[in-house]
Amino acid sequence: MAYSDKVLDHYENPRNVGTLDKNDPNVGTGMVGAPACGDVMKLMIKVNDSGIIEDAKFKTYGCGSAIASSSLVTEWLKGRTIDEAYAIKNSEIAEELALPPVKIHCSVLAEDAIKAAVADIKAKQAAKVEA
Amino acid sequence: MSASIEMPVVKDFEDGLHPIYLDYSATTPVDPRVAAKMIPYLTEHFGNPASRSHPYGWTAEKAVENAREEVAKLVGADPREIVWTSGATESNNLAIKGAANFYSGKGKHIITITTEHKAVIDPVRELERQGFTATYLDPEPNGLVDLEKFKAAIRPDTVLASVMFVNNEIGVIQDITAIGNICRENGVIFHVDAAQATGKVHIDLEKLPVDLMSFSAHKTYGPKGVGALYVRRKPRIRIEAQMHGGGHERGMRSGTLATHQIVGMGEAFRIAREEMDEENIRIRRLRDKLLHGLQSIEEVYVNGDLEHRVPHNLNISFNYVEGESLIMAVKGIAVSSGSACTSASLEPSYVLRALGRSDELAHSSIRFSIGRFTTDEDVEYTIKLMKSKIDKLRELSPLWEMFKDGIDLSKVQWASH
Repeated sequence: MAYSDKVLDHYENPRNVGTLDKNDPNVGTGMVGAPACGDVMKLMIKVNDSGIIEDAKFKTYGCGSAIASSSLVTEWLKGRTIDEAYAIKNSEIAEELALPPVKIHCSVLAEDAIKAAVADIKAKQAAKVEA
Repeated sequence: MSASIEMPVVKDFEDGLHPIYLDYSATTPVDPRVAAKMIPYLTEHFGNPASRSHPYGWTAEKAVENAREEVAKLVGADPREIVWTSGATESNNLAIKGAANFYSGKGKHIITITTEHKAVIDPVRELERQGFTATYLDPEPNGLVDLEKFKAAIRPDTVLASVMFVNNEIGVIQDITAIGNICRENGVIFHVDAAQATGKVHIDLEKLPVDLMSFSAHKTYGPKGVGALYVRRKPRIRIEAQMHGGGHERGMRSGTLATHQIVGMGEAFRIAREEMDEENIRIRRLRDKLLHGLQSIEEVYVNGDLEHRVPHNLNISFNYVEGESLIMAVKGIAVSSGSACTSASLEPSYVLRALGRSDELAHSSIRFSIGRFTTDEDVEYTIKLMKSKIDKLRELSPLWEMFKDGIDLSKVQWASH
């Protein structure tokens, strides 16, 4: 299958690969997918006290489009508020990377990973308020 | 082999357009000696071998018969037992459908193996649609057929069994003598797909208890589009023709013979007969080198038995790396993958699944197949490439990270999607 130049660029030079300290109260983790389905994405975001994402890291087991989708969203997330992050739609990711129809699920997975990471950070913040 | 024969394709892997060819099980380049022998039969000696009334026909017929003798010699057969076809797929169809239909009065049950090539599985499925029943036996996890299980699958109405000599994906060699003997004892006709076996293992049909055997030219440095079917004469095996018109090949396969293709197959099989022993030593050394190099990578699994296996094939799964990204990563080499990622649905290799490999391991497998023109340099480059790319993909893999942290991935609750 032919990949777009943007997918190839992210696949060849993935941005923000790595992990953040998952025990840090300001770090939210989202892990979605399953090995048997052929893709697992782990997205970690670090949020400052004003609710702005300062850092984002990812690791992805999956095809080139899945790697590119997760690499792209780490770039997009930095500097956004968690509410802005939550609003990112898979269609924006698919459009930016020119994903073919059979690879749309990769962008869906990336959106799910963002939502899971945001949910995690919100749960941590709620726990902090209660404490 | 003589040192003057060089790989007949451009080998410039730096430009990414001509990756190193390690897919000899898919097809082989035509040996330059074979090509040279074929050309005059396209232009100068263009006659129809069936033309009996002039020298054009006689020359072509002589060339066809010489080639038939070469094919027969490689496999220990009588030339009169060789029928020309368009390739192993046609040979398999002719053998399976032809024998099953001819002997259907004796019974309508067929036995084959789940790891057979589709060119065997699909004709058997077609016979099922026509009213036959079939048993598809799973091999053992090492890819080999358990003889007791094979014996147990035979029924009073079993008429035909089909088991491949050498598996195309994992290279394992079945015990054809033992399986054939079981067939003989039970009056079952035995067909063997030997497309991947010629020039790799010794075949002596004078001794082997085999009734029908399929061959291909292009897996053994001959041209595509030609193959042969061995049909035993003593005791005589009958088959129903699948192609009618003209009664060529003693009525078993009509159609004007493709003289140049047949000449090519004959020459390719002659070279195989004369050079296979020496060639196999060289290829085994290269395979061992490749295996040794790849085994220095953590979490790699060889698929299929290593002992009962042709040296040309190495099929390896790289754990915690996803199949499609692996294929993208290894653009510098031309190999086959256990993962067919051409559609939305991931389809792992049915052969590896039949061995009991998990979907993940089946997806992350690569078949390296080595051949006549593979060099030490090719193998060294491949080892280096695989090491660096697997490293890179694992650096990206959350599964690898979890594995390294000692997490049992089978116990993780995955978020479904």
